[in-house]
Amino acid sequence: MSYLNESILTILLLTPLAGAIVVALLPDRGKLSAWVALLTTLVTFVFTLHLAAQFNLGQHGFQFEINRLWIENPAIYYHVGVDGLSLWLVVLVGLLAPIGIVASWNAIERRRKIFYSLFLVQQTAMLGVFLSLDLILYYGFWELSLVPMAVLIAMFARKDGSRAALKFFLFTFIPSAPLLVAILWLYARTGTFNFSDLQALIASGGLPAGPLCWVAFAFLFAFAVKVPVFPLHGWLADTYSEAPVALAMVVAGKLGLYSMLRFHIGLFPVQSRALAPWLIALAVIGLLYGACLALVQRDFWRLLAFASLSHLSLIVLGIYGLTFTGWDGAIYQILNHGVVDGALFLLLGVLEVRYATSQIASYGGLATKLPQTATFFVITSLAMIGLPMLNGFVGEFLILSSTFTGVSRGWAVAATFGVILGAAYMLWLVQRVFYGPLSDMTSARPAQDLRAGELAILWPLAILMLVMGLAPTLWLSAIENRTGPPTVKSFAAVPSSSLMLNLAALREGKR
Amino acid sequence: MNPGDILRILPEIVLTLTGVLIMLIDASLPPRLPRRTLGWVAAFGVTLALWASLWQLSLPVGTAFYSTVETSPFTIFFHVLICGIVLVVLLLSLDTLPEDSHHQGEYYALIVFGAVGMCLLTSGIELLVIFIALEISSISTYVLAGYRKESGRGPEAALKYFLLGSFATGFLLYGIALAFGATGTTQVYELAQYLPNAQNHMLVAAAMALMLVGILFKVSAAPFHVWTPDVYEGAPSPVVALMSTAPKAAAFALLLRVLYEIFPSLHQAWAPLLWCVSVLSMTVGNLAALRQQNVKRMLAYSSIAHAGYLLAALAGLGASGIAAASFYTAAYAAMNVGIFAVITLASGYDDARVLIADYRGLIYRSPVLGILLIFFLTSLVGIPFTAGFFGKFYAFAAAMGGNANWLALIGLLNSGLAAAYYLRLAFVTVQAPAESQQPEQALSRAGVAVAAALLFTAGATFLLGVVPTRVLQAVETGAHTLQVPSVESGSSGVNASTQPAP
Repeated sequence: MSYLNESILTILLLTPLAGAIVVALLPDRGKLSAWVALLTTLVTFVFTLHLAAQFNLGQHGFQFEINRLWIENPAIYYHVGVDGLSLWLVVLVGLLAPIGIVASWNAIERRRKIFYSLFLVQQTAMLGVFLSLDLILYYGFWELSLVPMAVLIAMFARKDGSRAALKFFLFTFIPSAPLLVAILWLYARTGTFNFSDLQALIASGGLPAGPLCWVAFAFLFAFAVKVPVFPLHGWLADTYSEAPVALAMVVAGKLGLYSMLRFHIGLFPVQSRALAPWLIALAVIGLLYGACLALVQRDFWRLLAFASLSHLSLIVLGIYGLTFTGWDGAIYQILNHGVVDGALFLLLGVLEVRYATSQIASYGGLATKLPQTATFFVITSLAMIGLPMLNGFVGEFLILSSTFTGVSRGWAVAATFGVILGAAYMLWLVQRVFYGPLSDMTSARPAQDLRAGELAILWPLAILMLVMGLAPTLWLSAIENRTGPPTVKSFAAVPSSSLMLNLAALREGKR
Repeated sequence: MNPGDILRILPEIVLTLTGVLIMLIDASLPPRLPRRTLGWVAAFGVTLALWASLWQLSLPVGTAFYSTVETSPFTIFFHVLICGIVLVVLLLSLDTLPEDSHHQGEYYALIVFGAVGMCLLTSGIELLVIFIALEISSISTYVLAGYRKESGRGPEAALKYFLLGSFATGFLLYGIALAFGATGTTQVYELAQYLPNAQNHMLVAAAMALMLVGILFKVSAAPFHVWTPDVYEGAPSPVVALMSTAPKAAAFALLLRVLYEIFPSLHQAWAPLLWCVSVLSMTVGNLAALRQQNVKRMLAYSSIAHAGYLLAALAGLGASGIAAASFYTAAYAAMNVGIFAVITLASGYDDARVLIADYRGLIYRSPVLGILLIFFLTSLVGIPFTAGFFGKFYAFAAAMGGNANWLALIGLLNSGLAAAYYLRLAFVTVQAPAESQQPEQALSRAGVAVAAALLFTAGATFLLGVVPTRVLQAVETGAHTLQVPSVESGSSGVNASTQPAP
């Protein structure tokens, strides 16, 4: 057991990769690749659960750390670890992967081998982003996560894949150029890529303030595009409406939001404080703008895309409110968004496979024909709009209340309007698709309700939504146990010389 | 002359003997007999030369033949790199050269002779030897570029390349002459010693500028790049794989030698010059590549952009810049030879697929080729865990170390721009083939040799991206040995620096 705990993170990263290689080597026959991929993701999920079970709540700092030299000069380490911030995100990635595979079970009919093997590579890249504590390693996984995604969008898109894939790729890739420059600048000044060392060095104030502002901005910009923050959301709707369901479900939000918390606020508390008012404004604009656009979409994938923009903006609001409650709420809401979006994507994917269209107007009255689908859809929608007792409520409440008390009442009121609009477009979607008279298309086509595999995923998800709404402390106690982001105050209180000493001691200890 | 001197040029000797042997066998075989075996002879000779270069690591750093050639980890690194590239290109040609094509023997002999010139170019420390080596490698490339005589484009490419190339070599020679005029010597170490004290600064500056023009032409940096797309388009793909990497690697080695050994005192003058050339190369290369529909022309412009990235490394200070540039050369060679190997296989010797649109659905026809093409393209984009990433990483890290922050930013933004055209090709290959298309001609059959070539390049691209430590150590040792040995007390004679070989 102790051996497993020591190298659990390496095992986590290697399991999907090994699965990808196995899928690539096996013949492309029937559903063989899908089964192997499902097995791999389930094993990975079990490992992530093991991680959560072994996580020590009382212990501060990173746990399960592995720190080995990868390349000597410049000193790049294979340095991974989890804390309260990343723990549940890792579990979330583990959870979403099998859902993604079930969602693709019937949707992907050809070239299964390439699909599943790239899907698993994507999972390794995402886990890598959450686990890496060395900036270059982190950057490596960050960029790597683009490739399988882009190739799969190009290959399995609904209509014009190349365009959407290129848009997705360039939108993330070009802003990551300044990010790499910023990382290299930090290395040229400090000689380390290590997250904790850099955090201490930047806090000690030894670096010139002017360039540091730009460095912080480069970090923020790369993350803001990935989230996306208004007005950088140009890629989102195309990606949602073109990408295969399994990938769209994993793409938005998590990586960028996590990176903001860990690497922008975590490394540059002073600079992020200076930019916070702007981000709060952009977040509220994005929240309202996304909700308004979601109201007028005719295609449910695009509706979901703008709904996501709206929801992610709410999380950004929680992050840049720079309050502890806001951060707790934001992290919790990232988890909620993952779970709820996963279920919604699965359900809408089911509808699209059955009826081969994503136009909302073609649907109507499905509740009588597909009662199970309708039930789950309504539960998920209610969770999404933040009905008390379901998970969305907890996150939204924490974020809005912390904004109201800790940041600004005006912004909080505006954000609440956005949340109300959110209820409007979701309930209207439910009404148009599932209620009312049967449309021509739905009455003409016989369709099967949820299959066993889909039910096997949706039941646990629905229960999870309920449990997360009723007993949020199960998650929040670990979330509160995070290493970062540090407050500005705590750094101001510590004299810089002692931090330098700490750093020296830290390095000695490592050797 | 010392009898041990021979050992210092062992790889060159092995290559020369192989080339002569191939020519003799080719001439003595009856005309009807297939010449394919000659390719294996060439591959064997090059492997031997590669092994000989590695063996040279056991020699102490030193010079031979009255201080005209040098053996050091720096030269050995480039010897191994060039022999490796040539080996892969030979393996690639073995299976893809049409069986009935004429002058197969000459083809292999020319490649091997070209390798002699490139190897000598990296180890020469006497400008006249360097010049002759450059000519040996260039002439063989001129001929190879026009190898498809039956198509109009082949001779056109060769003629263009030859005219512009000889013009550029003229510049280099003129620069050498001026340097000789300023100092009275053409030996690199002596030049380095005399140049800082030379009376006529204008003459020295002009010498440097002219030599740089000549070398920058060879590496196809903007604004000396206009020949590249035409020549790449006209030359057979295996030859492009060779000439886009090996002569460039040699020319970069020469550039490093000229800048850091001969003209380090003029650092203030050449650093801003190379800054401009670097930015111009990557921007011009990438912007032009964006508009190309022809795959080989697109890759030609991309190679111009890569020359720009590489030159960015030279903004780094001393050894770190040299190491980064050497590493980039290796990384670029691995992925570029790889992608041209895939293109050779996909479109054949006669270029059946010319346009990007012709690659549509490649992954459906041949999954292995399609995936390899995407892999090499991601490496060219510079995605982590491939050679291209670490190449760019070290190049721009070196530039940042030399305080060239803007250069690094422009370079990385450029590589973001470059992703647009590389991915356009990658995404076309994964699209389902159009229904209306006529049944395609079969892909060239892949034999053992080609499989080895693909495995070699793909493996190198992957390993350089995951465990680059060994190569990094090699380039760093090389970078530290690329320096003028300190002059021993009182003796500046030619023979003084000649060390006896073990």
